[in-house]
Amino acid sequence: MALKVVVLGGTKGIGRALARQLAARGDQVHLLGRDAEELAKCAADLQARRPSPAPVGFTSCDLERPEGFAPALAAADAALGGFDTVVVTAGLFATQARLQSDREFTRRLLTVNFAHTVVFCEEVREYLLARGGGTLCVVSSVAGERGRKPVVLYGASKAGLSAYLEGLDHAFRGAGLRTICVKPGFVRTSMTDGLPEPPFAAEPEQVATTVVRAIDRGTPVVYAPPIWALVMMVIRLLPRAVMRRIGF
Amino acid sequence: MGNASHLRVAASNPAPERVPAGAERAGSLTGWGRVPVVSGYERRSEDLEAITRDVPLTRGLGRAYGDAALPAAPDRCIANSTLADRILRFDPGTGDIVAEAGVSLDLLYRTLLPRGWFTPVTPGTRFVTLGGMVASDVHGKNHHVDGCFGRHVTGLRLRVADGRIVTCSPTEHPDLFRATVGGMGLTGHILEVAFRLTRVPSPWIFQETQRLPDIDAFIEALKACAATWPMTMGWIDCLSKGRAMGRGVLFRGRWATAGEAPQAFPALGAPIPVPFTFPHGVLGRSTVRLFNEVYYRVPRPRAAVVHPKSFFYPLDVAGHWHRLYGPRGFTQYQCVLPASGGHGAARRFLEVVTRGSGASFLCVIKDCGAEGDGLLSFPKPGISIALDLAMRDDTQALVDQMNERVIAEGGRIYLAKDALTRPEHFRAMESRLDTFLDIRRTWDPQGRIRSAQSVRLFGW
Repeated sequence: MALKVVVLGGTKGIGRALARQLAARGDQVHLLGRDAEELAKCAADLQARRPSPAPVGFTSCDLERPEGFAPALAAADAALGGFDTVVVTAGLFATQARLQSDREFTRRLLTVNFAHTVVFCEEVREYLLARGGGTLCVVSSVAGERGRKPVVLYGASKAGLSAYLEGLDHAFRGAGLRTICVKPGFVRTSMTDGLPEPPFAAEPEQVATTVVRAIDRGTPVVYAPPIWALVMMVIRLLPRAVMRRIGF
Repeated sequence: MGNASHLRVAASNPAPERVPAGAERAGSLTGWGRVPVVSGYERRSEDLEAITRDVPLTRGLGRAYGDAALPAAPDRCIANSTLADRILRFDPGTGDIVAEAGVSLDLLYRTLLPRGWFTPVTPGTRFVTLGGMVASDVHGKNHHVDGCFGRHVTGLRLRVADGRIVTCSPTEHPDLFRATVGGMGLTGHILEVAFRLTRVPSPWIFQETQRLPDIDAFIEALKACAATWPMTMGWIDCLSKGRAMGRGVLFRGRWATAGEAPQAFPALGAPIPVPFTFPHGVLGRSTVRLFNEVYYRVPRPRAAVVHPKSFFYPLDVAGHWHRLYGPRGFTQYQCVLPASGGHGAARRFLEVVTRGSGASFLCVIKDCGAEGDGLLSFPKPGISIALDLAMRDDTQALVDQMNERVIAEGGRIYLAKDALTRPEHFRAMESRLDTFLDIRRTWDPQGRIRSAQSVRLFGW
């Protein structure tokens, strides 16, 4: 059965690749994002990639403006005739060096990546539970696994998000809400362009394929590419004294 | 772009927390032939308009063999278009399509061939972008019927040197359009491409093959089947001398009818990567001789319905196949020898090749139809020959000798392949060059848009 999917953050990076894979296999997609002009272009692109012609809708929704969340989801509901899956890939990013020297951006990043994403997910939770269940798939990060020197602030925002998603999954899976927390490593997108590339760097299409499989199966936690599950298992086991010494 | 404007790139980098876009960011770039290697890096973003504001060149999938998609020192930063890959409009009634420059032929193949649409022209690899296809004005096996890709382009959106974004077409800024089609990205950054796709009766190809004993027989057969077949090309043996010089296998094809074709869509499959760089000289004279003998003799069906990938993109089966040529890399040489040069032109050219010590693994021959409108567009009526040459100490000398032969025959070379041609040789081949450079100067008086190739061949 084709899914009816709302994607917040589908105009770029992982979200774009994911929306394309869903559209290409015939799922119905509705895009949410900041820039209406970009959304329109991305919606046209998805429409062209669909195997059978059907319009792809979009609605403006900005993670910095929580008052717009409910109306945007209502618009998506109207456009799709109800939806069963929500994907959130939007978020802010900056290097630790920049965040350390820019308090205002740090505040914005923490608010968007944690507080507002959680508030958005709460709207979705209520909606999906009222329909008897569904799938909420949110992109967090391997940066949230442990406090680490290169991602002190960004990692903290993602750690909070991952903890929320785990709790949500425990609390509501029985009621039919499947929560999926995606933890990508370094992905080659415009977000990471110009950063030194660590090992296991992945293309967004690779990550999207992994995430689509997780959505189909309802996997609660998914690392992308999967090698990161192993890497992070080791990192989680390292004693603090070791973590303090290494630069990872 | 000179040194001063290079500093401006660094100053206006919108993400100051990253490695600044300037000399500090490490990296090197090469074309598909992996030689030359230049210091530089690419900036990638979905927003191609944003990243082309202050760079001298845009690069796509990097399949140009030589230095066409490399920055010219002291430039280091160029834009990469591959994340700008949206299909902006597609009309399933007419096949009219508008897409961002980073859309690859591979994407169009996977997305639209199952629905009965194909690009009107395809080069020998599907790992090229639309921007690159316009800039090189690519041709394919149907050139004698359908011309180059540029013939089917109805409009372009371009960021020109002064920063403006302009649209051009055969009727709007026709001078800019003619200079951009085949213009190697030197008139501006190609942002969007509009063209019309072709309806195909099935995604499969009906192919016939024919073995031919020497170059003269080959060219006769190539010309004979051009009248009845929409797609032709051949492989020839570039090592055999004397009577068997230029023996080879001719392939001719057309789209299979729905009745002939299997019901299933041809499997997509990913390329099998060549896992590492082979040692220098693996593709040497003796291996190539062995390959040629086997490839010539191997029995193949005279007529069969074949996979479109094996017909159009045999080399795409292997990912990173350029690694076969070893750490020194290779160059591809492609020239067209005009029909006006008379009957023996191809034989005279092959004599130069076989006299040289280089061994070409791949040698592709094709008859070309009418010249396109693009001012630096490669094909003209005659015979095109393409060779892969592993880089050796004497490769430059061999290229010089081949170029001299091509000039004597009134032919020209293909810039998308070239790394080694001398400026005086190119000028002698290209009577349209001054017209092209005049238009380029009109749109870019300061010479901001440039590549390693343009600086090598034109001085700017």
